[in-house]
Amino acid sequence: MSSKVETVKVPLEKLTATLPPRASVALVGNPNSGKSTLFNRLTGMKQKTANFPGVTVEKRSGKLSIDEIPIELIDLPGTYSLTPYSTDEKITVSVLLDRLENETTIDAAIAVVDATRLYQSLCLVQQLIELNKPVMLVLTMIDVAKQDGIQVNIEKLRNILQGIQIVSVVATSGAGLPEFKSELVKLITREYGDKDSFWPELREKAIEIQAQLSQEKAATPVHEIERALIDSTVEFDDPTLMGHVSSTRQSLCQDQAPVAVEARQRFLLSKQIVEQVQTSAPPVSQWVARLTTKINQPIPATLLFFLLMAVIFQAVFAWATPLMDMIDNATAGTGQWIEGLLPTGMLSSLIVDGVIAGVGSVIIFLPQIIILFLFIIILEDTGYLARAAFLSDKAMRSLGLSGQSVIPLLSSFACAVPGIMATRVIPDRRDRLATIIAAPFMTCSARLPVYALLIAAFVPNTNIGFLNLQGLVLFGLYLLGIAGGVFTAFLLKRSALKGPKPSFMLALPEFRVPNLQTVLLKLLDRARIFLKRAGTIIFFVAVIVWALSYFPRSESIQSEKQAAYQQAQATLNDEALETRLTDIDNKAAADQLSQSWLGRSGQFVAPVFEPLGWDWRISAAVIASFPAREVVIAVLGTIYAVGAEADEATLSERIQSASWEDGTKIFSLPVVIGLLVFYAWCLQCGATIAIMRRETGGWRWPLFAWTYMTLLGYSAALLVNFLF
Amino acid sequence: MSLTLADLKPGNRVRIINVDTADDAVVRLMSLGLIEGVELEFINSSLGGDPLELRLYGSAISMRREQARHFHVENTD
Repeated sequence: MSSKVETVKVPLEKLTATLPPRASVALVGNPNSGKSTLFNRLTGMKQKTANFPGVTVEKRSGKLSIDEIPIELIDLPGTYSLTPYSTDEKITVSVLLDRLENETTIDAAIAVVDATRLYQSLCLVQQLIELNKPVMLVLTMIDVAKQDGIQVNIEKLRNILQGIQIVSVVATSGAGLPEFKSELVKLITREYGDKDSFWPELREKAIEIQAQLSQEKAATPVHEIERALIDSTVEFDDPTLMGHVSSTRQSLCQDQAPVAVEARQRFLLSKQIVEQVQTSAPPVSQWVARLTTKINQPIPATLLFFLLMAVIFQAVFAWATPLMDMIDNATAGTGQWIEGLLPTGMLSSLIVDGVIAGVGSVIIFLPQIIILFLFIIILEDTGYLARAAFLSDKAMRSLGLSGQSVIPLLSSFACAVPGIMATRVIPDRRDRLATIIAAPFMTCSARLPVYALLIAAFVPNTNIGFLNLQGLVLFGLYLLGIAGGVFTAFLLKRSALKGPKPSFMLALPEFRVPNLQTVLLKLLDRARIFLKRAGTIIFFVAVIVWALSYFPRSESIQSEKQAAYQQAQATLNDEALETRLTDIDNKAAADQLSQSWLGRSGQFVAPVFEPLGWDWRISAAVIASFPAREVVIAVLGTIYAVGAEADEATLSERIQSASWEDGTKIFSLPVVIGLLVFYAWCLQCGATIAIMRRETGGWRWPLFAWTYMTLLGYSAALLVNFLF
Repeated sequence: MSLTLADLKPGNRVRIINVDTADDAVVRLMSLGLIEGVELEFINSSLGGDPLELRLYGSAISMRREQARHFHVENTD
């Protein structure tokens, strides 16, 4: 393939023949039906995440091309029916019914059905077929079904579902994908005949209503009227139409809830279909089922959960260390190499003290972030998070929340932003708000570098029993975050967010071996986000902080230094001279830093943080890290790089030896503990504040959270300094 | 009509004979397929005895006792 642009004359009829139609195809299915695995299989790296217009729900779409037909594949949030409850489900329904403005209309839908849960998915499948858009069905997890002894007669199923195309795939191995692709092409290129309704009574009533409308109003599609008959949240502009709908609903459902009426109708049919097409035999591999049952018992499951947590914290330190040392040495080496290459001066200082010390000190933590995310992604993909929600429901209820809040809170250990977005599954607004406010207390991956730096520098790397002390301290900090969040949610649910007891229901996904490709794609995505932040916001801050710490240069300090140099050279020699010269260098650098803009502003805010035992350098770094907490490392890296001893190549060594003018260490025990506690509880994250504003629809809650968490962090650090 | 989903022991197999749809949360559970005529197996209850885990047609569903009480059942084993 050449990338050169060539002009070739093509006859017009051939050109139009080779220009295939573009098609937007939606992937729809129950939650955990294997939709996303299939999506990743089909689109690989060619996917992007954006938002649906006007709403904050993530839209995952990807491009693929089959037989040169470009297809846009849209992965819609999982739902059980076209009557939505949560924000996520609302989006799926709106996209399928083309209700969203400025959004491409869906040309066809792929119903993704987990072969082991055929009964539960057939309600949605019936509804999809009635939308009169081309629909095909993909049976996933056929391999798992076989092991469970479940067999589906695809021919029979196809006959019952009015001849729609059905293919079975094993998304994890890729088996069945070629057939799937050729069927998909048929779906979007061939004629798709009209389908009958599976619920004729509902269809008749909808057609009756449509017939009563005046000419111009008759444009309202029959399936929209059908949905409105069941889902009372659907609204039409036309009051007569609304009137028809509500009186018909009354005659259709009598005193029953319409959703219950539809559930009875659809699942009665589902049950009959399953009885006809599905045969069950004893499971092939009994031991997996037995093991799963054992593990899912309440007490083993709880023990396993804590064991997993302990392994994660050990791994984050133990496994990452060799890699981190490598990156650390590479950064320090590059710095020294460039320092030797460039003449001493502004450019060398910018590159070495600003960019390398700043950005480099953050990039070191990439291995730890990757290990943390690896575990979180595996927990998600095995279905363990839902299990955790089930186990913790009773405990969460004593806080006034439900187990449903646990999944967003556990996701917040990776990052509060997706955590807060995951609160959309919580139906009650008060519960959702309390969870949103508690989410940023969970130790996110941006806190990890801050903890890791301070722990590695100040906590001895020894073992207590078989547990590593550093890992143990880190675990304690995670617990501290949880305690802060739990306490806050408890207070809120007893005051501002008091409300009725939340309900709880959940389809518990089966334990599944995670798909390697999906895990790797997610991991790559997280690594890319982390490096992008390091390359943009952290780079930017590092350069600004460097500039603030470098300028203005004081002439008098420079000439003092020259004078001291000359005096030393005249009176001393050899080793004594060398030591003296280094001392002079350091004093000059420290003086320059202290009268720089950064030094001046740091000293200006220092009184605020003085009660915490922090010097102006820490104060400046903490202030600079309010937009993004991991920036503190970049700032400390830059500040302590300016005027560091030559043999202290890494930030860890530099902060260990940093001292006050009287020689006592700046990072004393109370200061280190205070800093850790401050970072555990403080809301230093612009992205979290932005997502809070979006998800709560105003500034009130983010402002409250910011003020509350900052005060909490400050008071805790003050208390620590007072006590120790 | 005295036996409900809230009164079962692990391993019990039952059939739903009547759903009392007074509660909105119960209606939502019906959208997961819990309707009259389907057979369920009671798997276990969570820490502290609540919520409950049930299995129908290969799917595990969890709900609180409060909602389980609205599902009237009969034994099938």
